[in-house]
Amino acid sequence: MTSPASDPALTDAAMSALADVTVSTARRRWLRRYLLPAMGGTAILAWLLVAALAPWITPYMPDTVNVTGRLAGPSLAHWLGTDELGRDVLTRIIYGARTSLTVGFTVVLVGGGVGTLVGAVAAFARGWAEEILMRATDLMFCFPPIILAMAIAAALGIGTRNTVIAMLVVWWPKFARLARSVVVGQRSLEYVAAARTIGFPPIHILFRQILPNAVGPLVVLITLDLGNAILVFAGLSFLGLGVVPPTPEWGSMVSEGRELVAQWWVATFPGLAILTVVIGFNFVGDGLRDWLDPYARRR
Amino acid sequence: MWRYIASRLVIAAAMVLLATLIIFLIANTVPGDPVLTQLGDVAANNPAIVAAYRHKWGLDLPMWQRYWLFLRGLTHGDLGISISSQRPVIEDITQYAPATVELSTLAFLISLLFGLPLGVLAAMKRDSWIDHVARAVSLVGVSAPTFWLAFIMLAVFYGWLGWAPGPGQIGSDQFPPPDVTGFMLIDAPLAGQWDTFWDALAHLMLPSIVLALATMGLITRTTRAAMLETLSQDYIRVARAKGLRRRAIMLGHALPNALLPVVTLGGLAYAQLLTGTVLTETIFSWPGLGRYTFQSAVILDFPAIMGITLVVAVVYVIVNLIVDLSYALLDPRVMRR
Repeated sequence: MTSPASDPALTDAAMSALADVTVSTARRRWLRRYLLPAMGGTAILAWLLVAALAPWITPYMPDTVNVTGRLAGPSLAHWLGTDELGRDVLTRIIYGARTSLTVGFTVVLVGGGVGTLVGAVAAFARGWAEEILMRATDLMFCFPPIILAMAIAAALGIGTRNTVIAMLVVWWPKFARLARSVVVGQRSLEYVAAARTIGFPPIHILFRQILPNAVGPLVVLITLDLGNAILVFAGLSFLGLGVVPPTPEWGSMVSEGRELVAQWWVATFPGLAILTVVIGFNFVGDGLRDWLDPYARRR
Repeated sequence: MWRYIASRLVIAAAMVLLATLIIFLIANTVPGDPVLTQLGDVAANNPAIVAAYRHKWGLDLPMWQRYWLFLRGLTHGDLGISISSQRPVIEDITQYAPATVELSTLAFLISLLFGLPLGVLAAMKRDSWIDHVARAVSLVGVSAPTFWLAFIMLAVFYGWLGWAPGPGQIGSDQFPPPDVTGFMLIDAPLAGQWDTFWDALAHLMLPSIVLALATMGLITRTTRAAMLETLSQDYIRVARAKGLRRRAIMLGHALPNALLPVVTLGGLAYAQLLTGTVLTETIFSWPGLGRYTFQSAVILDFPAIMGITLVVAVVYVIVNLIVDLSYALLDPRVMRR
């Protein structure tokens, strides 16, 4: 009688079958956990490439008017059709990616930077400085962001730069709140006391010692917020408070097509562009949050 | 308990006062000049007309005096006079508010009705297909541009399938009921106009579903996270050890405790709905505050913009106050801190 283990062929087959099983469950688990973030990352990369390579991707210009070919449906010449002025919808979407992504990154990086600075300094300074800075932050939370941004954008005058300024005014508070709570969690830890004892200046302690430890949650918020910023800017543009008309921008493109139900392609595709890029950032941010959260990672 | 409530009330009052200052400063220090947008080019070139206009609206007084006047007016509910409608802003707001309240309340109910069970199910069957579907649905709901969803819904359900009525609050074949409360869904039955009631309800469906989608995602996510957090607590293990049924553990022990963060979210979700209405109402020609805000912003009607921002800020503060207080009621430990 031969035991299965003594038969080399059988063992090999069993081992490789076993390996197959583990590989496939591991792959399934990997897929389950990283499928959405991976899809999101791919979408963002694709849009970044499209924005960067716009003139090489499309043969048309975003503002070439062609009245005789207006409101033509999707065809081989114009994959996504043409709009009311005969401009190629796909081309305008491609160039619109530049506007949306630039605005999104500007608002979130500048607004997030300022907010982080305010919150981190407040938590680190303690005392009356913390009180004043955080009360100011609370105050900004009294206002609904879009309505305040609308009021400011309208008051400053229409244009991409002014809309970005308006968004920056309403953008920093949430970063201030998050940065403060993270720094508060760190400020009484031993390494901070140690750095103080060594005699590092406060600025060094805050920026070189504490902030690197606070980066995780901030990165998650930044990623999720990029999608949000793009969404808000598109919304303001849709209302006519964003870009100045000939500029291709997704929100204003949906607005131009919103009465054209029969020519559905004019409004539908720019909206899909917004959806895909925002979903991309949300999938990646969501994945990052799970990955950084030890509770979620346990399983 | 009373001390906690009192301190919350004082903070809320201080917030409102500071909010008035901010709003005043924004409306008065920005470069946009309402005189130019309102008078037109010809009149704006005539210094006498411009001066008279500035005097009429108090634009020639020093800044602090204007703020004082603004505050004094506020104490008797005077938000100024809308430059475009020539009516007191408070009248405009009370006229448009009911439509928005109806819309956002229904949207809120819809998002709770679907978001809560979906979140609970996703947490109970973690990593199952329903969890992944819930995650994908809520992420898509949060990511879809409201104004685009509104267009798609209108195009499909009104334009193409014809299942839903078009934009507006009631159909053109209906007469609005006599104004008693301002709420279409209350006034119509009061006047015995049941046709109008059902018509108004049908008109409400599409915009409130559009509004609800984003909020629903938020509620699903929060409920799921809170449920998972609660399920890892010791008292759940005890309940399990006692041999309680799964259903009893989930609904009797875990859910009530998981609802705390969801209550906090209620305030946030309501805030989201208010901002969402600006876009949704504009597309659905909904005669509410959102559309009014948009129209005022575009023509730089500063009294209207200030009024509406202030009213919404006050609503925010009140909602936050309610959330804080109900939180304290649900979890007495909050008060001791």
